[in-house]
Formats: sequence, C-alpha cells, structure tokens
Amino acid sequence: MSDTIVVNASGLSCPQPVLETKKALTGLTSGRVEVQVDTVTSRDNVARFATNKGWTVEKKETETGYVVILSR
Amino acid sequence: MDKMLTSRNGPWIAGGLIGLIAVVLVKYGNPGNMGFCVACFTRDIAGALGLHRANVVQFLRPEIPGFILGAFVSSLIFGEFRPRSGSSPIARFVLGVCAMFGALVFLGCPWRAYLRLAGGDWTALYGIGGLIVGVLVGIGFLWNGFSLGASDQNPRPTGLLMPFLALVLLAFVFVRPLFGPEGTGPIFFSEKAPGSLHAPLLLSLGAGLLVGWLAQRSRFCTVGALRDLLMLGDGHLFKGILAFTVVAFGANYALGFFKPGFEGQPVAHTNQLWNFLGMALSGLAFTLAGGCPGRQLIMTGEGDGDAAIFVLGMLTGAAFAHNFGTASSGAGIGAMGIPATIAGIVICLAIGITCRQTA
Repeated sequence: MSDTIVVNASGLSCPQPVLETKKALTGLTSGRVEVQVDTVTSRDNVARFATNKGWTVEKKETETGYVVILSR
Repeated sequence: MDKMLTSRNGPWIAGGLIGLIAVVLVKYGNPGNMGFCVACFTRDIAGALGLHRANVVQFLRPEIPGFILGAFVSSLIFGEFRPRSGSSPIARFVLGVCAMFGALVFLGCPWRAYLRLAGGDWTALYGIGGLIVGVLVGIGFLWNGFSLGASDQNPRPTGLLMPFLALVLLAFVFVRPLFGPEGTGPIFFSEKAPGSLHAPLLLSLGAGLLVGWLAQRSRFCTVGALRDLLMLGDGHLFKGILAFTVVAFGANYALGFFKPGFEGQPVAHTNQLWNFLGMALSGLAFTLAGGCPGRQLIMTGEGDGDAAIFVLGMLTGAAFAHNFGTASSGAGIGAMGIPATIAGIVICLAIGITCRQTA
C-alpha cells in the first residue's frame, strides 16, 4: 500500500490551496493525497479541481477545518 | 435554494440576480452604470466620514455594510463563520490602497467595469483589458510561488468587529448626526451628483444584504473568475460574471439605459491608456490579495481579518486618492493620476516578486 501524501494548505488565500494540490498531484497516476484546508471555499475548490482531474474525492471535517481526501 | 447556490449552477444564478439587482438600483436612483461599485461606494463612504473633502462623492452607501452583514449572517447560518487573520496584514493594507488608486483612475471596480460594459460604455473594454492583463501578471507571480503566508484562527469575537462597524455606518446613515464645526459633519452627504444620487436607503440596504448572502453562498468573485479560467482552465466562477453582465445588459436594454458609445458615458472618461493601466494595477492588486473587492467584503463578513485589512486599505486609499488628486472624474484623469498609477504598479510588482513561499 502506497503512503499518503499530506498537503497542508490551511490558512492560504485563493488559489493557493488548489495550486498546492496541483503540485502534489503532478506526476501521480494513483495513490492517496490528503489536503488540509481551513475554509469551506478552499475545501470545495480543491474538491472541484481534483474531481475534474479524475480523482475520487472525500471531504471530512476536522478540529481545525477540513481535510479533502483524494484517491485513485 | 441553498443547494442551487452552492452547486455548479450557483454562479449562474447568483451572477444573474446580482446583475438584475444592480440595474434595479440604478432605476431607483443610483448613478448610471453604478448599481454596485465597491470602489466608488467605498470612496463615497470615505468622503461621508470626512476622510476626503471631494464634496461630490460623499455618501454612506448602505450597500457596502449590507454586503458585510449579509455575508456575516449567511456564514453564521451555514457554519462558515471562521475568524482568522495573520497573512501579511500590512501587505494586504498596501494592496488595498493600490487597488483603490487604480480603480479610481478607471472609475470603477471590476463589478462596475462589467456594469459599464452592460450599459454600452465601450470605454469599459479598455478597463477590462487592463484587468485581464493585471490578473495575468498576478498569475505569473502565483506560478512562481507568490504567497502572503498562511493565516491563523483568531478568537471568535474578533470576527464580530467588522459586522459591528457595518452596523455603526448604517446607524450614521439613518441618524445623520450633525454636530461638527460650522454646522456640518461629522458625517457628510453630497448635494451634487454623483454622490447625491442614490436609491431609497432601505432598498439599497436590502439589496446589499441580499447580494452579500448570494455572493457568500456562491463565492461570486469577479477577479477569481478570470484567474481560475486563465490559470487553471476552471470556468466555474466565470459563469458568474457572464450571467452578471448578460442579465445587466438585458435589464439595461429593457429599461432604456443601454446607450452604446465611448463619449458622454455616466461617471467615466475617455483616456483609454489610463483606463487600461488603472485597471491593470487593480487587477494585479486584487489577484495578489486573493479576490475582487466584493469578495474581500464578503470574506470580511465571514470573519477574515486579512480581508478586513484590505478593505480598510481601500477606504484609506480612496481618501488619499482624492486628497492627492489621483482620482479621475468624468472630465478626465486627476492631476496626479499618472504618477500614482505608476507608483502603485511598481509597489505591487515589488510585492509580487519578493513575497514568496519558503518551503
């Protein structure tokens, strides 16, 4: 089982959470990536970006915000 | 309704409704092609508070506190009120000042650029061209690691301060206190256009609250729309400005407000080079700050202290723009408009080049 890549994009302004996600997904054909964000806007932006790129997306609320789990 | 606003079709619905409401406000008294203008209205508020003395642009526009309060209530109801700040606040303040300098050279924020276009003011095309170039320069910085750093969570009460200040502004507009020297002020109201032109106060306030709610739910952003489309090929937010412009055009046409041409347009000038460069400056400043001025007000309502600092930068910038003669008028650009725009561009480029993420 491959390791999970964790991206901490909490507190970053638009569109940086999406850019950080894009960076993490570049060259990755499969695996699991967790993106931590602190606002619903960032959560939904990251989810929309990953869905458009063909990743399966799961959103969860955490103590400090949200985590978007991407898998393929 | 909320599911629709937060869905893929949210920007269509919110953008269209906001465009319609903008033209309705003009019908009921707001200046031409200025149903909403975050820059102009913030400038009018700066004047009403006595921060500048340009007596034709002084009015406490209820739409602006309405945006903040509408977004505040919406974010509370839907669990999105999250006080936060600490992402280079002073840089955001300066970006707010620069954004306002550029917007007041063009005479409008991106919202008004689209509304001017929808009213047949073809000079807006130069502004929108400049806006796109400013956004593209900002995208270049973002690709190269530009960041103002992460914000942190703040104590919850701090997020209540800007909504409270919005309530204070509303109290001033309705109470109209008059105890300043020489029997004027401390709140000033223009007696001549465009500051004297406004829709009935309750209509303006209701429109502001409604738009604050619509924009908070749909994430309507006139700069993010261009940025996401040009940078990521994501047209989600762009649907919002498309609907905004098309519906405003339709409403203008139906009400006889559509007057195509370059000359004699309401609150606009025909110096196209500086229409272009003013908006290029604004577009760059908004992109570096993460969103258009309307979006900054909405985020302020959600408890974002950095957005609030940007808004206060815009307010201060508006005062300086009139006190230092950098703002344009219908007659043309201000005496100091050119050096101010150049200085703003240099400052924003310096921020874009030097503020980078350290991995």
